[in-house]
Order: sequence, then structure tokens, then C-alpha cells
Amino acid sequence: MSGLHDCRDAFVRALEELAVRDPRIVALTNDSVGSTKLARFRQRFPQRFINIGIAEQNMVGIGAGLANGGKIPFICGASCFLTARALEQIKVDLAYSKANVKLCSTTSGLAYGGLGPTHHSIEDLAWTRVIPNLTVIVPADPIETDQAVRAAAALDGPVFLRISRMPVPQVHAADYQFRVGRAACLKNGSDVTLIANGIMVCRALETAALLAEQGIAARVLNMATVRPIDRDAILEAAAQTAAIVTVEEHSVVGGLGGAVAEVVATSAPVHMRILGVPGVFAPTGSAQWLLEHFGLTPAGIRNAALEVLEKAGARR
Amino acid sequence: MALETEGLLQELRKLSAGVRRRSLRMVHRAKLGHPGGDLSSADILVTLYFAVLRIDKDRPDAPDRDRFIMSKGHCSASLYATLAAAGFLPEEELETFAQPLSRLSGHPDRTTTPGVEASTGTLGHGLPVAVGAALAARIDGAAWRTFVLTGDGELQEGSNWEAAMAAAHFGLDNLTLVVDRNMLQQGDATERTIRLEPLAEKWRAFGWAVREVNGHDHAALLEAFGRLPFEPGRPSCIIAHTHKGCGVSFIEDRPEWHHRVPTDEELEAALLELERAAS
Repeated sequence: MSGLHDCRDAFVRALEELAVRDPRIVALTNDSVGSTKLARFRQRFPQRFINIGIAEQNMVGIGAGLANGGKIPFICGASCFLTARALEQIKVDLAYSKANVKLCSTTSGLAYGGLGPTHHSIEDLAWTRVIPNLTVIVPADPIETDQAVRAAAALDGPVFLRISRMPVPQVHAADYQFRVGRAACLKNGSDVTLIANGIMVCRALETAALLAEQGIAARVLNMATVRPIDRDAILEAAAQTAAIVTVEEHSVVGGLGGAVAEVVATSAPVHMRILGVPGVFAPTGSAQWLLEHFGLTPAGIRNAALEVLEKAGARR
Repeated sequence: MALETEGLLQELRKLSAGVRRRSLRMVHRAKLGHPGGDLSSADILVTLYFAVLRIDKDRPDAPDRDRFIMSKGHCSASLYATLAAAGFLPEEELETFAQPLSRLSGHPDRTTTPGVEASTGTLGHGLPVAVGAALAARIDGAAWRTFVLTGDGELQEGSNWEAAMAAAHFGLDNLTLVVDRNMLQQGDATERTIRLEPLAEKWRAFGWAVREVNGHDHAALLEAFGRLPFEPGRPSCIIAHTHKGCGVSFIEDRPEWHHRVPTDEELEAALLELERAAS
């Protein structure tokens, strides 16, 4: 594969393949057939496609009931509505109940750009990763999205899959093996570690190339699973590199950076920078413009890495 | 009335009195709970578990079992007492209600307690889950049915009305909602808080087939459950008119007993009253 990909395509392909093999799989959406790309699923499996209408609390509750009846529901909708509107149902009906339900949020992060903060979903990792029993996965490219959908289906319990619609290049080799709760080291390095997930992974890789030009060897970890977080990979990075920079398409409060910082601060203190949206409602503007506005670009990430290395005393 | 029916009714009345006594003892011992709602739900729960639900205490996870979802999870004491009477739980375990590490939490937990189909406690969750279960049976063409018991104050939660629309839209005649219409919520009468009436008209307008019964009359409840579904292609709603605290004169219809714990003397007086009525 070359060029840029919309991970939703990999998501629906995997879901349809799973549905062919497993009659328990059903898909639900909140009147979002287009934005979740479920039109073909609906056509192929009309008995197993349920449009709940614009009613996210009901949709998540219905998912829990379908799971009680032996189904494996994939609940698909825009992340901003799916997580915030139905958070109590996610907590009680899915996580506390250990219901075998998969939440597939599309158009997460800043992807809705110009539609503004009502549609941005830069709080969803903070909301979901605090909930026990809920596995939280943010795939980086189509290969990982495909495998994450299959891993979610195979896992007996609730999963939150955060799928972007912003085009990304393929960052994993075709033989990549995604494992729940395990970070993937995409580039080794001993000076600084960049930890990213989702659409920021390809940017972290570009950052590593920029840093290499300055003689700095950056390690790049794709931390696709935010909960359970890969403690070992973080501890290793803290021990083997001078500083850690996390990069996420999310608020800097409570997301990937927070999850990494919880491990670093309590087990392996090392200088850190947390990059993301700095605890504000993002202004309106295209998603790409917003990423640039907040410095979530290879150049912006490079500057943050240089600063933190300076602070850590690792650069002379 | 046929002799066997009369025998069944006697048995249900006896079991209901037992559930009432047991729930009050559990609340008294745990020093927490919701005795008013426990007593208003007791006859409905007993009728369901002993005369309606197709369930097997030895196979609580059997795929083809009927599902009963207790949406008013705060009335867990009467649910646990009913489950114990039906053999899903050991009687003596009821003494652990809400004690440290007990699986009988203040609100029901489906992951720990046999017979509990849904973890509830925050209101407005049971009906959507029940709609999902009914949809699962529909997809499989399976014969098992789904029942859900909600409170009445609980119907102020909007999620119920999302589910009400969905159940009617999908034509789920394998789904039955029972509303424990005791007219009171935590702080006051429902009608003085946020008005629910005309409640039956609301359900009809949402596309449900509705019947109203005396929720303490086992014969009336049995008769209603025996006519399910009330209309083919529509979900069924039974508005069960009840009294909060039913069976104990000084608890009945008094809002303060929503979550008041009886003193030793009150417990004794209540148990005596319930025993006298049952004998």
C-alpha cells in the first residue's frame, strides 16, 4: 500500500469479513451510516444492521442487551457523541457489566475541524481510559486498524476503538502483529523517546527523521493501546533515553500523555513533554490547520523534543 | 376459580409476604436500602419469578431463558430475596447484603450474582438494555422473552423514551415493560415533582400496547401476563398501580421511607404486621 488511507475503510472491511464468519456480529449506528461507512455492511447483512436513530444512550444500552442475548455488537458513531452522550451507559452497561460490546468511534480528535468544538472529540481518551474493564485502542494506520478490529472481536469484553477519518500513510509493515496492551517500537533510538498513537504516529516518525538530521536518535513508540498501558515499554524508554515526548490528537489532560506520565512519575521519573491540544476548546478551522495551530507537526514536535532534551541536560 | 389457580395465588401471596419480611430484615441489618420500593415491587417480582418467567435456577445462563431486567436497581433487597426464594441464591447469603466484599451489592451486579441480567442502579438504563435483549431474540427468531421492571419516577430519565420509540419502531412484541406505579419518588409525589400523567396515554402514543392493573393483586398480574403480547407487533406495557411500602401501615405511601432504615422497634412491628396479614 502507498499513499494516504482513511482508516474507516480498513475498519469496515475487517468488520464485514468478521461478520461473514461470525453470525453473532451485529452493527449499530446512530443515524451515521455515511460517516461510519456502514452502507455496504447494511446491504450485505440487513438482519444484523440496526440504525438506532439519534439516541446514543439508548444505543449503548441496546448494545449491552444484544450482548446479553449472545450477540457481539459493534456500536459505531462519531466519537464526540458516542462517548460524551452515553458515558454513563459505557461505564455501567458495558464496563461494569463486562458486556462483550465494541464501541467504534469514528471522526475522533480534531477531524471535524471547521464544525467546531461541539464536534471535536479531544476529551474521549480521558473519559474512557479512566473506566475499569474497558480496553482503549487508537490505531495508527489501516494495517493496525484491521488487526485492532479483529483483536476487539476476539476479546471477551468491552473495547473502545478510536478510529480517525484523517488520511494517514501506512506506518506498519504488512507482517505487523498488533497486540492489545503492547506498544510497537517503530524506530529504535537512545536519545529521546516519542510516544504517539493514531494519526500522530506518522508525524512522530517524520519528527524522528528531522531529529536524525541533527544527530539525535529518537525512539518512536506507537502506543495504540491506551488502556491497559504498556508499562514495560515506558519504563524501558525512561531507562534508556533521556526524555519522553508524548504526542496525541487529544487534550493534554488525561489522555495518552497522562497515562504515560502516571507511569513515569511514579516509577521512573524522567523529563517529559505532553503534546496535544493544551486544555482549551480548539478554535474552528480545518483539522490540518488545527494540528499546525497547536504545533502538532513534525517541526513542532521536533522543537519540543529539543527543548526537553535541553532541560534534561542531555544536550550540550 | 379453579382450585389449582387458587392454590397458586395462595402460594404467591405467601412468597410475597416472605420477600417483604426478608427485604426489611436485610435493609435493617445493612443499615441501607430502599424499603419503600422493595415493598411496592414484591408482588410483581414474585409473580414474575414463580409464575411467568421461563428460567432455571440450575442454568442461570441458559441461552434460551427469559430475561428479567430490574431497572429499579435500588430495590435490590426485594430482588435478592426473590432470587433466593427461587433458588438462585442461598437464603443465608442474604445476610451479607451490602456487607464488605459481598456479591450482593447495594445495587445488583450481573457479573457476580446469578440471575441478575443487568447491572443497574443508575436509573433509565434497564429499558434500553431490555430492548437490546429483545432485538437479539428477534434476530435469532428465538422464543425467549424479555421483561423489564422500572420505577415510575425513573421515567423522568430521557433514555427511557429513546428506548420506548425504538421498541415500538422495531415492533418488539417479545418485550414487556412493567412500571411500578407507586406515585412516589425520593423526595415527593411524582406528580408534584415532574408530572408523568397521563402515563398510559404516553406509552400508547409511543406505540405500545398498554394495560393497567393492581400491582398487588397476583390474580390481576397473572391475568395480564397471560395475555402477552397484548397486541401482535407492539411492545407491551403493564402499568402496575402499587403503594410504596405496601404491607406495612406506617411505611405505606410515605415518601420518607424511600430509603429510610427501620429501627429495631419498627422492624419488629413491621414483621409482626406482615406475619399477621399472611396468616
